[in-house]
Amino acid sequence: MLKENEIKVGDTHSATLVEDLKRTQIVQYAGASGDYNPLHTDEIFTTQIAGYPSVFAHGMLSMGLTGTMLTNYVGDGALKKYGVRFTNQVWPGDTLTGKATIIEIREEDGDKVVDLMIETTNQDNVAVITGNATAKIEA
Amino acid sequence: MSIDKFLVEASHIMMFARSVGDDNPIYHDEEYAKGTGSGGIIAPPTFAQSSAQFDPDYFLRPKVGGEGWFGSGKEATGAKPSQESGGGGGGAAMGLHAEQHFEYHKPLKAGDVLTATSKPGNSWEKESKRAGKLKFSESVTEYRNQDGDLVITATGVGVQTERAVDS
Repeated sequence: MLKENEIKVGDTHSATLVEDLKRTQIVQYAGASGDYNPLHTDEIFTTQIAGYPSVFAHGMLSMGLTGTMLTNYVGDGALKKYGVRFTNQVWPGDTLTGKATIIEIREEDGDKVVDLMIETTNQDNVAVITGNATAKIEA
Repeated sequence: MSIDKFLVEASHIMMFARSVGDDNPIYHDEEYAKGTGSGGIIAPPTFAQSSAQFDPDYFLRPKVGGEGWFGSGKEATGAKPSQESGGGGGGAAMGLHAEQHFEYHKPLKAGDVLTATSKPGNSWEKESKRAGKLKFSESVTEYRNQDGDLVITATGVGVQTERAVDS
């Protein structure tokens, strides 16, 4: 868990979430999550029927990858809230970087908490996820 | 969408954590996890989404002996699924997933048995250059554990686009 006396507003944490995203990892997420939408795993359906240039990642895979960066930063079981908007699609071959920025340190229901702004960008520096999170910290 | 029994199992957590690139031992190593403040294996923050596995009507899964799967076989297909279901934490089953929000009330642990109930939230429309008219709809899912305690509130926003999104 983050310690109040070791952090300040404006601090950032970033990490590479995935390099050269493989179709197989998208399949892996489909199997684990149970979301078998062919838009994510079926190139023939996606290009010929749905009209996209290729399969693309589940938004929830990007949110999950970003969540890994987040829990590595704030610690296990510390999250109180985590929410995102999916602003652009993530394609096979993409390399994603996730970043969390401390925007406020405050109290909530007797806990010391930190509010974080979240952004995940691709190799072209285009945001694919923007969001926010609140995590408990040690006083 | 309602799910009577969402079994939170250690091996499922391990597979889910792998798929989101997370090798934190708290998601797969029982001995390690026992020595942490959590006291055992816990689930990663977006794990509740995999409740779709336990939704008997989830429409983004080919059904055993079922018909109408819209992915490719001999043909590229596009057959419409027979019934739409809110599914999972909402969102994805209603076209594309626009937003997802989780509120964590209690830690989600291996061994928990959850129920999930969803209700529709707000809906709204917007014009976009990249995909035509957008119809947004919100779905709010409450996950409760075996003691009846609220564990996670998940709010999903799905969007139906007029056409494929330009990239």
